[in-house]
Amino acid sequence: MIPRYQKILFGVLLLASLVMGVALWQLRERAHQRMIAGQDSDPTRAPMVARAEQATLVVANDNDSSLLTQVHSLPLPADSGARARAVLGKLLDIYAAPDAAHPVPGGGNSVTQVFLLPAPPLAGGASPSNAQQTGPQLAVVNLTGSFAASHPSGIETETLTVLSICGTLRANLPSITQVRFLVDGQQRATLAGHADLTRTYLTADAVPAEGAHP
Amino acid sequence: MRWTNWALAALLAGGLAGRPAAAQVAPPSPAGPPSRFVVVLDPAHGGDDAGGRMANGQSEKNFTLALSGRLRSLLAARGIQVVTTRDADATVEPDRRAEIANHAHAQACLSLHAAESGAGIHLFTSSLAPAQPARFTPWKTAQAAWVTRSLALAGELNSALQHTGMSVSLGRTTLPVIDSMTCPAVALEIAPERSADHKTTTGLDDKDYQARVATALAAALVEWRTEAQQP
Repeated sequence: MIPRYQKILFGVLLLASLVMGVALWQLRERAHQRMIAGQDSDPTRAPMVARAEQATLVVANDNDSSLLTQVHSLPLPADSGARARAVLGKLLDIYAAPDAAHPVPGGGNSVTQVFLLPAPPLAGGASPSNAQQTGPQLAVVNLTGSFAASHPSGIETETLTVLSICGTLRANLPSITQVRFLVDGQQRATLAGHADLTRTYLTADAVPAEGAHP
Repeated sequence: MRWTNWALAALLAGGLAGRPAAAQVAPPSPAGPPSRFVVVLDPAHGGDDAGGRMANGQSEKNFTLALSGRLRSLLAARGIQVVTTRDADATVEPDRRAEIANHAHAQACLSLHAAESGAGIHLFTSSLAPAQPARFTPWKTAQAAWVTRSLALAGELNSALQHTGMSVSLGRTTLPVIDSMTCPAVALEIAPERSADHKTTTGLDDKDYQARVATALAAALVEWRTEAQQP
């Protein structure tokens, strides 16, 4: 038999708990409303778009086996690695066009990344003069496996592709003196059965001249 | 005991007698006159490696093998000794091809290729910078000491091919096979003949085209032999 005063005390405590629960819930809602009211979610800053700049592309031509320079206007990021990827993407877009003089399927998405690293010294200990100010860099170009698989096979066409990539990097980022290639992040023996992808290419060897062969 | 002494003496005498013979097949230096004239033909690809695909569906490995056989016959008829890196549809690794060429101590090494891109004949020499001959050379850059001679061989081939009216382009490239060869080495890539508007006039499957190329190459190598044998 529970005494009467205990029943009354239990009822009072239960009622007090309910009242405090409701009060806490309301306080939480008010705090949440104050927090939302303090934030300014209006769009006050436009998305950043890199401004268009002049980019020099070294474009291959299968018809006369030449490398020629072309100047294009395209948005170029400030970051060197992203800038290198942007110019190579444009170059490969040209090659993927239906009427390309150096047809290679794949397009700009065929370059996954371009990593820039300090270049190891050359065999003779010399470094190209145009790279003295910023320090010579080694660009590691990571191509997609689908690009390599769909690239036309042949010494001429593969050599032109490799040299045009090296020449384009040199033209836009003179600090890049050496280039290495990866395919899907892995080293690969050749591009499509001929051009050696295991060696380091010197961008100085890919300087185009009007009508010059590689 | 007496028998073993005689046998040992005979072995020593045979070994000493064999030394001059070994010296006769010593590798020719890039500058020195060759003692014999050997040409190495390297039909590219083979076996699992089909190479490129021609317009008529033929694979590059079969085209280069057929051209190698045709050129071998022409050279043999002119008294030139020929060594080939493969005579059948077999897989031969690039290093093995260079080994065969280097063992042959050849005066000319031709790596035969074919492609549908481009026009005419493309002649490639190694892009390695010329270097002085050394007793020991790195495998991957062994061609460096021979680049000058390779450029001269490419010039000889260029003259002969252009003499027959074919379009020829000269270039430098990085082919692992050629970069490891210790002989005057040229990679030759045959593409279709095209008109001024880039239309194909003579395809790779044209037998007459193949015969003209092989005949011009044989004539160039005969001329190269004549120059090599001059004091």
